[in-house]
Amino acid sequence: MIPSLFDYKRASSAAEAISLVAEYGDDAKFLAGGHSLLPLMKLRLAAPSVLVDIGRLKDLSYITDAGSYIAIGALTRHMDVETSPILKQHVPLLACAAGHVGDPQVRHRGTIGGSIAHADSASDLPATTLALGATYVVQGASGTREIAATDFYKGFLESALRPDEMLTEIRVPKMNGAGWSFQKFNRRAQDWAIVGVAAWRGNGGSGVALVNMGSTPVLATDVATALASGASVADAAELAAAQADPQSDLNASAEYRVHLAKVLVRRALEEASK
Amino acid sequence: MKISVTVNGKTHESDVEPRTLLVQYVREDLGLTGTNIGCDTSSCGACSLHLDGEAVKSCTVLAVQADGSQVTTIEGLATDGKMHPMQDAFMQNHGLQCGFCTPGMVMAAISLLRENANPTEEEVRIGLEGNLCRCTGYHNIVQSILACAKGGK
Repeated sequence: MIPSLFDYKRASSAAEAISLVAEYGDDAKFLAGGHSLLPLMKLRLAAPSVLVDIGRLKDLSYITDAGSYIAIGALTRHMDVETSPILKQHVPLLACAAGHVGDPQVRHRGTIGGSIAHADSASDLPATTLALGATYVVQGASGTREIAATDFYKGFLESALRPDEMLTEIRVPKMNGAGWSFQKFNRRAQDWAIVGVAAWRGNGGSGVALVNMGSTPVLATDVATALASGASVADAAELAAAQADPQSDLNASAEYRVHLAKVLVRRALEEASK
Repeated sequence: MKISVTVNGKTHESDVEPRTLLVQYVREDLGLTGTNIGCDTSSCGACSLHLDGEAVKSCTVLAVQADGSQVTTIEGLATDGKMHPMQDAFMQNHGLQCGFCTPGMVMAAISLLRENANPTEEEVRIGLEGNLCRCTGYHNIVQSILACAKGGK
């Protein structure tokens, strides 16, 4: 399968990439690792007329300790997130989730920024960063702004990014020793989750987000509220799907997804509460 | 678009359409057909080759993205007519049946041992999650990789 014709532009800086996309308008797309975009283009489900390759912007590949949070450059590859000593120490839930993305070959190419900007509710990292209360930094022709993960996901593959904006950094609060768990239920090792759960609990709070339980990643706020008011893990997990609107597909019916979400949230919270 | 890619130690200056996939480039432009196309959807791993020393799925990389890079395919593993230790381990341990997934398995296996020189059997099995064998001959593939790691090569 070959993508339809497109023009290829290689950016040598973030500013150049943004001005190139602004120049070509809605039909231009950023190309990072290409592991979300190229499969869609090969299936002709996406056909941008211009690709602006940002994959060589090495200054956007970093993981640094910024005090209360860890700053991750948008072009940091999944493999580097998975193996980062800084993340393993301060945000182990994210390092673990990154290790569940695709397979080693995919993790050698795919980037955290690409996965989040693609805004696929079936992907692991949008939901995981949502559970962790991350903030995304985006840069556009008119400047830089921060978008809370809770305000970012707008619909199926839709985000709050404007066409001329590029995600440049992901800021993830340190977990400060909170318990955590990442649950992924799928049929083959490398597959997307039929349902996935990213959860943490500790220091007087909790966060639970669901993978593939609707058109956007879902923050299960009723679960966190119930835990805060003293509910047991089992009772809180019964509320797992309260914010969700799952679809039926070849892998699972919506009803089965709701069942899975409750079971996986319970398992995740049991593990996170140890 | 003009690209320069070093494949198996030899630098190729080529003019490719931007939409040319890396797997197409090595198979059709360079005639290196050892790298197979299986699922063509970045699932099966048959098209695995090394891009700057790491296994990637070449059906999901554009040739223009490999501009300036080092690529190694299955054809580039043997030196002076002597097989790479991983190829030898697959042969000694009967790590293949029909052989279609084998080039990708070998490339993924070498990449795996570069990141984890002494994996457990479970780590090998998890490390191969991106490569499918339709003969389901996983047992001997895993034994081959463990044997190669044990050989310290």
